[in-house]
Amino acid sequence: MHVLVCGGTGCQASASAQIIENFQRILAEKGLQDEVQVVRTGCFGFCEKGPIVKIMPDNTFYTQVKPEDVEKIINEHIIKGRKVTDLLYLDPENKEHVSDSKHMGFYRKQLRIALRNCGFINPENIDECISRGGYEALGKCLTEMTPQQVIDEVTKSGLRGRGGAGFPTGVKWGLCAKNKCDEMYVICNADEGDPGAFMDRSIMEGDPHSIVEAMAICGYAIGASHGLVYIRAEYPLAIHRLQIAIAQAREYGLLGDDILGSGFNFDIELRYGAGAFVCGEETALIHSMEGKRGEPTLKPPFPAVSGYMAKPSNVNNVETFANVPIIITKGADWFASIGSEKSKGTKVFALAGQINNVGLIEVPMGTTLRDIIYEIGGGIKGGRQFKAVQTGGPSGGCLTEKHLDTAIDYESLAAAGSMMGSGGMVVMDETSCMPAIAKFYLEFTCEESCGKCSPCRIGNKRMLEILTKITRGEGTMDDLQELRNLAAVIKDTALCGLGQTSPNPVLSTLDNFWDEYVEHVVDKKCRAGVCKKLMSYEIDKEKCIGCGKCAKNCPGDAISKTDYIAPGHKLPSMVIDSTKCIKCGACIAGCKFGAISVK
Amino acid sequence: MAKVKSLAELKAMREKLSNNLDIREKSNDPDSLVQIKVAMATCGIAAGAKQVMEHMMEKADELKLSIVFTQTGCMGYCHAEPTIEVKCPGKDPIVFGHVDNTRADEILTKYVMNNEMVEGVIPVNYETIG
Amino acid sequence: MINVTIDNKQIQVPEGTTILKAARMAGIHIPTLCYFELAGMKFENKPGGCRVCVVEVVKDFNGRPRRNLAPACATDCVEGMEVLTHSARVINARRTVVELILSDHPTDCLTCAKSGNCELQSLAQYLGIRDIPFKGEQSHYRQDMSPSIVRDMDKCVMCRRCENMCNNVQTVGALSAINRGFSAVVAPAFEQDLVDSPCVMCGQCVQVCPVGALTEVDDTRNVMAAINNPKKTVIVNTAPATRVALGEEFGMPAGTIVTGQMTAALRRLGFDYVFDTDFAADLTIMEEGTELLGRIKRYMEGDKSVRLPILTSCCPGWVNFFEHNFPDMLDVPSTAKSPMQMFGAVAKNYWAEKMGIKREDLVVVSIMPCLAKKYESKRKEFYKDGNPDIDYVLTTRELARLIKQFNLNLKDMPSEDYDDPLGESTGAAVIFGATGGVIEAATRTAYEVFTGKPLPKIDFTELRGIEGIRDAWVDFDGTPIHIGIAHGLSNARKLLERVREGKEQFHAIEVMACPGGCVGGAGQPYHHGNSEIIKKRTEAIYREDAGKPIRKSHENPSIKKIYEEYFGEPCGHKSHELLHTHYFDKSEHVEISED
Repeated sequence: MHVLVCGGTGCQASASAQIIENFQRILAEKGLQDEVQVVRTGCFGFCEKGPIVKIMPDNTFYTQVKPEDVEKIINEHIIKGRKVTDLLYLDPENKEHVSDSKHMGFYRKQLRIALRNCGFINPENIDECISRGGYEALGKCLTEMTPQQVIDEVTKSGLRGRGGAGFPTGVKWGLCAKNKCDEMYVICNADEGDPGAFMDRSIMEGDPHSIVEAMAICGYAIGASHGLVYIRAEYPLAIHRLQIAIAQAREYGLLGDDILGSGFNFDIELRYGAGAFVCGEETALIHSMEGKRGEPTLKPPFPAVSGYMAKPSNVNNVETFANVPIIITKGADWFASIGSEKSKGTKVFALAGQINNVGLIEVPMGTTLRDIIYEIGGGIKGGRQFKAVQTGGPSGGCLTEKHLDTAIDYESLAAAGSMMGSGGMVVMDETSCMPAIAKFYLEFTCEESCGKCSPCRIGNKRMLEILTKITRGEGTMDDLQELRNLAAVIKDTALCGLGQTSPNPVLSTLDNFWDEYVEHVVDKKCRAGVCKKLMSYEIDKEKCIGCGKCAKNCPGDAISKTDYIAPGHKLPSMVIDSTKCIKCGACIAGCKFGAISVK
Repeated sequence: MAKVKSLAELKAMREKLSNNLDIREKSNDPDSLVQIKVAMATCGIAAGAKQVMEHMMEKADELKLSIVFTQTGCMGYCHAEPTIEVKCPGKDPIVFGHVDNTRADEILTKYVMNNEMVEGVIPVNYETIG
Repeated sequence: MINVTIDNKQIQVPEGTTILKAARMAGIHIPTLCYFELAGMKFENKPGGCRVCVVEVVKDFNGRPRRNLAPACATDCVEGMEVLTHSARVINARRTVVELILSDHPTDCLTCAKSGNCELQSLAQYLGIRDIPFKGEQSHYRQDMSPSIVRDMDKCVMCRRCENMCNNVQTVGALSAINRGFSAVVAPAFEQDLVDSPCVMCGQCVQVCPVGALTEVDDTRNVMAAINNPKKTVIVNTAPATRVALGEEFGMPAGTIVTGQMTAALRRLGFDYVFDTDFAADLTIMEEGTELLGRIKRYMEGDKSVRLPILTSCCPGWVNFFEHNFPDMLDVPSTAKSPMQMFGAVAKNYWAEKMGIKREDLVVVSIMPCLAKKYESKRKEFYKDGNPDIDYVLTTRELARLIKQFNLNLKDMPSEDYDDPLGESTGAAVIFGATGGVIEAATRTAYEVFTGKPLPKIDFTELRGIEGIRDAWVDFDGTPIHIGIAHGLSNARKLLERVREGKEQFHAIEVMACPGGCVGGAGQPYHHGNSEIIKKRTEAIYREDAGKPIRKSHENPSIKKIYEEYFGEPCGHKSHELLHTHYFDKSEHVEISED
């Protein structure tokens, strides 16, 4: 019997290490340590319900396990064979407990290719990786394929850059391979920076060997023997596991000189980034690795011609690499059979926001937003109304109800005014204010702009200032006009991808939620009740019994008695002085009579 | 650890290591496994189900069979305890009654390994449980 | 050659030509801001950051329009490319970008040092901007002032010219971009003060700054106060390179020689005596030349402890540079003071004594093409009893401002001579103003002293030129002397590293910190990237030399006289006291302590 416990960053934060310890201790106490193997795996993806414990072989999926639940699992499930029902996933629709994760909505529509080993193997054990066929793709390349054949296979698979831009990976490799040079570099872009996105981190934590293997394959294909992983220092667990994976691969001779007797040499070094978003842009990333200021330069020259240390370099994202070994093993045709016409394979998304099942998911390209949100995501939290879904992080846009049946791929998301991006997906409901959302993303961009080009450095700041005005109820219709013009000019003139896409959250919300902007500007209303400056608290004088609790609760001394006594009541009703009100909501919280409302 | 020197060596290594993950590999698709459920309610235990299960587990190891044993509650055939339900991949589950060590061995060697029917089947129109 | 169409004009350009350069060839003006080129001096700044030069590529390499606007300065032409430089889309974008830049720029043009010379001001005017529609937060940074340079980063437009100049052309490494987004700015590491940074005060950052973010420290008020003080005798000396550049500030073509008019104007400003730094330059040759010959002689006599090559030490930016970067070689440069400091020492000792003026009542002003000179005059070793040898240094630009304030037009000035005795000079002194000049002047004297024979030809053209690193063998009547020349500090660094590693042997090396030498100094009128201007000034320097009756320093009668009357002999006791100096290890400034 195997007990798999999630050791991803999220579950570790909720005591999964303690859970593992308890399993080991109690199993040992009961003399079961040889019968039952406890494995720390990578992320299962269902972070909403973490920590996850999976019992194999009967594939029982326990959610939100606490360290003190361990004893019960051992006694009931492992010893007596009875599932611990209250730790099973409760289907929010039919209120039934589901034991096998395959039957959970969250997993049913997923197809895990990049995440194939996450939550399945112990990422710190190369043997588990090898027993899953790890490094056989590399072996196949080295012994049975020429570098050109490898490039052709990857090209044929239709794999495109998962960092967001979607450039065909095989073509990129081919361009780099053309610039043969003594010193070339394979660079893995692990500078995952979108707010709320953790696809790459989970892959590195859950299946680091797939990255090591893929980088070596890429090295063989383009003729490079140096690999560099540019990883943000804020990912200590991913760094730790990558270090272990690299060390184990070296020990097994899967990195180093003369790999698998082929004469091919390849090794990997880690380079730590300080977490600047712009360093995810490949030229900025390269400058940062060279010890220079992390800011982009114009392309051409492309890294394939002049990259790290001015040598030809190939930069791919973590998730892109994670797909490579399985493409080699299962073949380009298999991979190309998955997905939509122009976007092949699967995409990992970090599902977040006002949705029931927050977590990490992987779906075939072409899956609709509706399937993701309602099937996998389990619908909107609290049964509220869906309002928008943001894809592509700060570079993407907000899509609405009318886009729900959009099949997700690079082209269709771009056509809808958003973008694939690296895989952030935030679902919003009626409690989200769209100008405030646009402002949130712009704050991020302003913070993360390198400051090199004027449109991004100053333009985004000015857009942010206009949005701040709007959310404070100080905006005018002219501001909306200015916002559109600025957004268009920044898109048209900014130097790098970060700047060129930074107006997308603004433009897409202006396009899809124009009425909401107008309401903020003309009616001075925020329908979502988010923009405090646009809210007013009012006491219904007919409902108010005059108890005065609200006045007592009010920290701003804004509530006083009136002369009016409503029919049926004995005391005069209360009134709020809007000039003093700080909109803290303390009055509402205290009113038992529902007399206070926000407008 | 000596270095892996060729693809063939790597594949051999995988072969050797794969048993360890087999249980997980197959649980992704439980239908591909032989599953044996042992009724372990009071009646079953009283009739020696526990001992039979332990015996079967040992025997399965001996025969290098990868079988998932689970304990279940009473199947309702208290007259025929110990009872076990055997599900082979691609086939309907079958319930055997009065399983002692000898019958257990037969079930493994004949039915599970060679698809030969063994005595003791409880031939009722029965629906699998739990 | 490839064919491109710009604004419907078809032209052929060599492969690798940018859209900007192609447009210029076709006579089409594309406005720029961050772009900067010093042709022939290997300096091109094209970070593609300001986005002012964006153009619309209506037909790209693939026959389709380009999605975004392209920066003309950094986009290469491709065959069949069609470009619009002034379409409505371009003009709107360009205008918006400049409005954005202006929205984060102080509008204090009235009092800005750069007003009238500001490239952003010109750009706003070109685009007809009358209003800045974007109101919002403005960047605020601490003002920083070194003895030479004022940094007012509120005005920085992040063109990065200064950073490029400081790091790539000068390899000083004092300035780089720091912070992110709206707070991004160019500054010394950890926002140190410039004086605590490795800055050598060469001021080339000021020379290339398009706006008023980097400017010279203004000493005109101090100088006028001294002139207005009846107790003070105020004398002035003018550096060689100023006389070939000052005219530009008065609309004269680059390379106009205005020595006489400048002298006249200085008298009108109220200076009591107008002297020439060139006199001190001749003195420098006597000292430095003697030092060189002394070292060579000792070396040839077998004294292997002699440090060769001798390095010139006239340039204060260069002196700072080797103090910061080559502390192990502090005994290599000549100990001779720069001509300006020699002038100060002579004026405040020899001349003041002779005239019966008390040291504290004598104010010595220098007119220099240089910002580092302001710093040099404040070095402690050039003070005596708290009183500096040189009281104030004005740049060529500051002098022009003063002359204009006095309602004088240089063009209308008569040509007047310098005062005696510190005004007499030779052609050898004039050429100090151009790269290679100091060493040529030294060679003219050293040759005759060393060989005891008259020079067969006075013009050492093999030492002239604009190449960053040059070298030549000069035949000292059978003894070959190897001379090296570098201008621009990256070149100096390269040459010095070669010497340090023993890869190349020289007898003497001249180094000037500024590209082109003093004619390209940071105190000169702004050249705005037109390297032709520097060439014209250089030509004028050699014209002035050729026109001088005496062209060898040791033949200057006033020099001869001062040795007879006062110093005795070059490198003698008295001159060691007044005309020589020593150097300091400043390398610890470069390192940031660990804690």
